[in-house]
Amino acid sequence: MWKRTYALFVARNLEFFRDRSALAWSVLLPILIIFVFAFAFTEENPEKFKVGMIAGGELEGASAAFMETRYINFIEFAEIEPNLFKVERHQIDLMFDPTTSRYWINQTSPNGYIVEKLLIAAYADSGESLQQLLVEGGEIRYIDWVIPGVIAMNIMWGALFGIGYVIVRYRKFGVLKRLRATPVTAIEFLSAQILSRLWLLLAVNIVIFICMDYFVGFRMHGSYFNLLLVFTLGCINLICCGLLVAARISSEEVANGVLNLFSWPMMFLSGVWFSLEGAHPWMQKFALLLPLTHVTDAAREIMIDGAGIVQISDHLLVLGVSSVILLVVGARIFQWE
Amino acid sequence: MSVILQVSNLVKRFGQLTAVDDVSFEISEGRCFGLLGPNGAGKTTTIEMMEGIKLPDAGTIRYQGKALGAQFRNEAGIMFQTTALQEFITVHEIMVQFSRFYPITVSIDELADQYALHEFLNQDTRKLSGGQKQRLLLAMAMINRPRILFLDEPTTGLDPQSRRNLWKQVQSVKEQGATILLTTHYMEEAYELCDEIAIMDHGRIIAHDAPDALLAAHFDDVVVQIHADDIPRVIGEKEFEAIYRNDNAHIVTGDVNKTIEHLLHFDIPLDRLRIRARDLEDLFLELTGKELRT
Repeated sequence: MWKRTYALFVARNLEFFRDRSALAWSVLLPILIIFVFAFAFTEENPEKFKVGMIAGGELEGASAAFMETRYINFIEFAEIEPNLFKVERHQIDLMFDPTTSRYWINQTSPNGYIVEKLLIAAYADSGESLQQLLVEGGEIRYIDWVIPGVIAMNIMWGALFGIGYVIVRYRKFGVLKRLRATPVTAIEFLSAQILSRLWLLLAVNIVIFICMDYFVGFRMHGSYFNLLLVFTLGCINLICCGLLVAARISSEEVANGVLNLFSWPMMFLSGVWFSLEGAHPWMQKFALLLPLTHVTDAAREIMIDGAGIVQISDHLLVLGVSSVILLVVGARIFQWE
Repeated sequence: MSVILQVSNLVKRFGQLTAVDDVSFEISEGRCFGLLGPNGAGKTTTIEMMEGIKLPDAGTIRYQGKALGAQFRNEAGIMFQTTALQEFITVHEIMVQFSRFYPITVSIDELADQYALHEFLNQDTRKLSGGQKQRLLLAMAMINRPRILFLDEPTTGLDPQSRRNLWKQVQSVKEQGATILLTTHYMEEAYELCDEIAIMDHGRIIAHDAPDALLAAHFDDVVVQIHADDIPRVIGEKEFEAIYRNDNAHIVTGDVNKTIEHLLHFDIPLDRLRIRARDLEDLFLELTGKELRT
């Protein structure tokens, strides 16, 4: 038995090492993930709290002392008012205007409470006075904030792997070859895949949404139609990403690597689990390239802020245009074998 | 008889290897055309170019005088050497799926009767035996009532009974008037089914005609076959120029009486002696110096 097992073990190792592209992916992917995490979340950026401030201006006295507090990430804004909603949603723990010594705080934020204590301590011996302003509006629970991202992420996994992996397997085992021997055209095959996956993903995620809403009760200030529109467009976009990946690859291991390369950065850099507020600017710019960012942001804007179609039109435009590009490129480079 | 498929100067290269090297032939409507050759001869590459699955590097393929297009796709039935079927669906479901691909189709009931699919019609495609799968693949290839049917080594890996059953089914397709292009390395199969054969080796056609015409053109002798145990190699090879293959010594002779006298002279027992006409296997050996099933 061990002899046969050993023979299979050796053969599998040879197969793995001789499949150079699969080997490259298996090595490159973890390196890329480590690279991203090394830049985004290492000790060079260990801030625990986020404080928003007016940009520019020389600071002195108590405000300068407060700025020297360790483990606080000070984020500069051009204006205070348009960004106060971030304090309301706990994306920023405290908003501070050193020129007027005013600060805005959401009293339901535990982090805000601690940062406020630090600010007051910095001002304690200076003789300068602080003015506290409370942010109006209800508390945004983490569940309300995270649910659009969770649904979007679920769509992402289903779209990328449900399409990409399956087509690659079809190609590898000759199912595509058999279909090619029929009058079925590439565009017919791809359309069928898109439609099938689209309705399945929407149906499954609508059921998940309804069930979770029944048990948890989400904040929903916008239109359900707009939300469905965002998720539908997001679904199409991510399916097209899957099609592009599967357009030519015939090795499941390579497909797995490429799909992971698409999905894991989206998982962590699209703001699904935590706000990218205060993250390195390049990361925030990179996040805008990811379709999941636009699906998550648009869905959040609808559910939390009650945004209408005009307010989310930029996200819809990005998703729509990139879907068309991905589909056209995917269909053009698609190979049956 | 009109030409249904015309292949001219077909070339296909894979890197340094020329798998198909300037191949030309025509297939007349209603005929069964066999492409024969050992593994690696280029017959599957040739048939896949004719099916439109692979693109040739040079040469043309014309179906009814036109380049392969929508009409060809609608009128061709194809059975590959190996095909994986979509998983988790039943035989009936896959037949329904394929019947939706074509404008003209044969009813699933009719196909199930003809290819004995009823017993496993509701079975998952993953649970079919080799013979059942081949019958299903042939039924799928016949679903559009094809004018031209491509069969790429349809009986490879089947037991003798399943093979004979499949031959019967191919014969019945032939009787319905369809043109058949068959690749095989079973000589008996080619002889049984084909009206015309082309023998390929190293990507080229080395002989092309009706099987009997090819045999007549190359041989005017017969083979005296004796069990290898009955004739020592030393005597067989030296005195009779016998070729030892498949447990038998094959002695080629134009004068059977003289050969038998010669055998008796060496006290060779004749109990297991057989005289047979030359077959396609001999022809291939003669033409290439290789056995077909190597």
